[in-house]
Amino acid sequence: MFGKLTLSAIPYDNPIIMGAVGFTLVGAAIVFGLITVYGKWGYLWREWLTSVDHKKIGIMYIVLALIMLLRGFSDAIMMRTQQLLAFGPDHGYLPPQHFQEIFTAHGTIMILFVAMPFIVGLMNIVVPLQIRARDVAFPFMNSLSFWLTAAGAMLIMVSLGVGDFSRAGWIGYPPLSGIHFSPDTGVDYWDWALQLSGLGTTLTGINFVATILRMRAPGMTLMKMPIFTWTTLFTAILILLAFPPLTATLAMLSLDRYLGMHFFTNGMGGDMMLYANLFWVWGHPEVYIVILPAFGVYSEVVATLCGKRLFGYATMVWATGVITVLSFSVWLHHFFTMGASATVNSVFGISSMLIAIPTGVKIFNWLFTMYQGKVRFETPMLWTMAFLVLFPIGGMTGVMLALPGADYVLHNTEFLVAHFHNMLIPGVLFGMFAGYEYWFPKATGFGLDPKWGRRAFWAWTIGFVLAFVPLYVLGFLGMPRRLDHYSNPAWHPWLEIAFVGAVVILYGIICQVIELIVSIRDRERLRDFTGDYWQNGRTLEWATSSPAPVYNFAHIDPVHDIDEFMYLKERGLAYKRPAGYSDIHMPRNTPAGLVIGSLAFVLGFALIWHIWWLAGAMAFAIFTTLLVRSMNDDVDYFIPAAEVEKTEAERFRMLEEGERRLSEGRGGPAQTPVILVHQVQQS
Amino acid sequence: MKASRWLLFSSFLFLGGCNLSSYPLLDPAGPVGRSELHLIVIAFLLMLIPVVPVIFMTFWFAWRYRASNRSATYKPFWSHSKAIEAIVWGVPILIVTGLSILSWITTHQLDPYRPLATASGTHKPLRVDVVALNWKWLFLYPDQGVATVNQLVVPVDTPIDLRLTADDAPMTAFFIPRLGTQIYAMAGMVTRLHLMATSPGTFFGVNTQISGKGYSKMHFHVIAAPYRSYEAWLAKVRSSPHRLDIVTYRRLERPSLNNPVTYYSTVAPDNLFADIVRKYIGGVMLASDPLHNPATPHFGG
Repeated sequence: MFGKLTLSAIPYDNPIIMGAVGFTLVGAAIVFGLITVYGKWGYLWREWLTSVDHKKIGIMYIVLALIMLLRGFSDAIMMRTQQLLAFGPDHGYLPPQHFQEIFTAHGTIMILFVAMPFIVGLMNIVVPLQIRARDVAFPFMNSLSFWLTAAGAMLIMVSLGVGDFSRAGWIGYPPLSGIHFSPDTGVDYWDWALQLSGLGTTLTGINFVATILRMRAPGMTLMKMPIFTWTTLFTAILILLAFPPLTATLAMLSLDRYLGMHFFTNGMGGDMMLYANLFWVWGHPEVYIVILPAFGVYSEVVATLCGKRLFGYATMVWATGVITVLSFSVWLHHFFTMGASATVNSVFGISSMLIAIPTGVKIFNWLFTMYQGKVRFETPMLWTMAFLVLFPIGGMTGVMLALPGADYVLHNTEFLVAHFHNMLIPGVLFGMFAGYEYWFPKATGFGLDPKWGRRAFWAWTIGFVLAFVPLYVLGFLGMPRRLDHYSNPAWHPWLEIAFVGAVVILYGIICQVIELIVSIRDRERLRDFTGDYWQNGRTLEWATSSPAPVYNFAHIDPVHDIDEFMYLKERGLAYKRPAGYSDIHMPRNTPAGLVIGSLAFVLGFALIWHIWWLAGAMAFAIFTTLLVRSMNDDVDYFIPAAEVEKTEAERFRMLEEGERRLSEGRGGPAQTPVILVHQVQQS
Repeated sequence: MKASRWLLFSSFLFLGGCNLSSYPLLDPAGPVGRSELHLIVIAFLLMLIPVVPVIFMTFWFAWRYRASNRSATYKPFWSHSKAIEAIVWGVPILIVTGLSILSWITTHQLDPYRPLATASGTHKPLRVDVVALNWKWLFLYPDQGVATVNQLVVPVDTPIDLRLTADDAPMTAFFIPRLGTQIYAMAGMVTRLHLMATSPGTFFGVNTQISGKGYSKMHFHVIAAPYRSYEAWLAKVRSSPHRLDIVTYRRLERPSLNNPVTYYSTVAPDNLFADIVRKYIGGVMLASDPLHNPATPHFGG
């Protein structure tokens, strides 16, 4: 009846796990309780859960990313604590298998359920606004993408309390992840969580390629697209090319595990090296999938907050394109030590180093955007500058690892861990935080408190250096990664410093939580009246109100320039009242995405525990829901012109209010003088 | 070489004031590790050419062009310069070209499958077959007919010719930080590695590839000793009461933790290593037998 699932799957006897489960359940209960007390279920259902509005889906993605960041960081600080304690005769507080579950969960969560939802969230909020579109190409599919990602994240959360999670590392190399060495359901949780979220991500890729190629405002040629849109396009292309191999690889692993096949096993002709190749055919482009949008964020932030056109726009586009192509030619550098010939290793090493060229070019382009600009040290700019300082160090160690001869001694040591965190924290995560700070007012209508933002920034930056520079040193001390216990006294002091770093990062995260709470409390003080929160916005997302109305723009006017909004402001055209309004055609909200996501979650759970009847029922229900949704012709509606006019009138009233406040010297986020090139046009 | 080592070393000094010998990668005990350290230092220095200016320029531009600095030039429309573009593409291309040539040469020199060049008069290479088991290392000395667990003893100044596989274990990696190059050991397959110790000492060896519950405990000791001491040690092993036969091997093969160092005076059958590898081939005939062909082909090579 319940497959492999019995009550013994719940680890009652493990106080650490039960504590984490209790903490999660209490947190969820508080959230549910508050929603019930304030009677917000109807609002939540109508305005959020069933929404197909790209801006709301984007916010939900980022909420998911932030929640999972807390989970992923809890794993990180538990690992740091274990490596601090488990030295010599002391074995720490985590048994090896629990430690291994934690680092597997940490990697899986941080890449697939923090970085991915964060970038997809920003893409959702920003891209349709930047290209002056009313929504993405396939709004329902967008909602479905989100709910599939959320279903994957839920599976990982459930694995905390029901059964185990995988212990095979986030890359899940067989034969360790095969049924022989991992007979329990841990790998299946990992596998199906990746499959569900991977499907969601693939749909996102399709959606954004279609949106960017087909839905730009007239006049916006490819070479007039804002850089963030460009990086999103390249990321979406990478998703389309890279995720199908992951799906296929995981499916083969499932066949090994469920049907006793031998794609990757030790025996019967199974080839574990095949898995390593296939996994990294996805895995390496995945790194660029998450970093290219971060590069896009830095480009937008640096131009806006230095009050200058982006230096070398065309170069930036080409460099991104070169990275996109090259990212598929480097996967073998993840296993130089697998015995490939010198020629094979050398070719992949050289192609890996080639990526440093376009990346280096981008760094210089950002620097020359700062050059002869007016650099405002707002929080997004601080994250960008920390990136500019720290990321090249990760690039340097990356080039070292790309040399097979150096990799032979540095591979799978703590040096490698330091390197990829150096790329993913100052590279990706700082970019996400910069984007979060930068577009928060656009998404919500009010900015984030700069004081707590700066505190978070300093804690994260200093904490990163303290937590990861010691790991570089530990690489030279020959310390392998993923140790739950060690006896080498030379390693211990460095792990103490790394622990302190993790604590400092914890303080940074606490600051970010406070920042969010303080900003919601003080939202009137931080209100964005003009829609151009940084008062120097260059691209079209700043040309509409904050938050943007459901239809984004009342008129889809032609575009003239890369920095279209700046172009309009310079010519005094930015705030002209249009002569009239017409009806606007919009997609209708639908619960289908949420329903399919929920069914997919149960399907995943049933497959993990071999509850075949339930899996069959869920597959049928998903198919039926899709069918019903496809048969439904009532998927759109018109916003009447009168209602648009009302909304727009309110926007112009806000603009006047914003103008008045600015002239009185209050309002706006500016810590430093702002170069105002525009005046609100009175009609 | 000396100078570059000192440069890297001194950069760590301010961090810890530790002595060099506790940094196995900075204090290699053999030619492989030495070449690899050399390569790391060259790459590090070459990469400083772009990295240092970037860090410096970030601080400099941020300060010089801060919004509150009214005396700084402000050119909001300046966004293109052919000269700068040429430099920012050109310099990285030059550096990467240099590194690529270096990569090609060193990757071939440091190919783990390539026998080490030795001066005349040295002893002929010592062959060792390594079997990664859950969670210990079995070292077979095919020419000496002995075996050890969790301890590898080698004579100094003698090339060591290692063949590696795994038995009933996940993918593992064999790494002796002070000697250099690591390589994966995988069931049903043979990988090869050539190392040499030029100074005597006791070094630690580790598994660097996560392999289940006992992963952290899967380490071993390497003793590099002068040839006479090595021969004396060999005599000691040969007098050990333990014999490695199929029954003993089956027992050893079972997952276990913290196995003590064990010496086996005999190994039977002689071709135990070959049998371990063949176990997984499952009747599939190979075009060339990886075990008896001394130049085991690389994949892709």
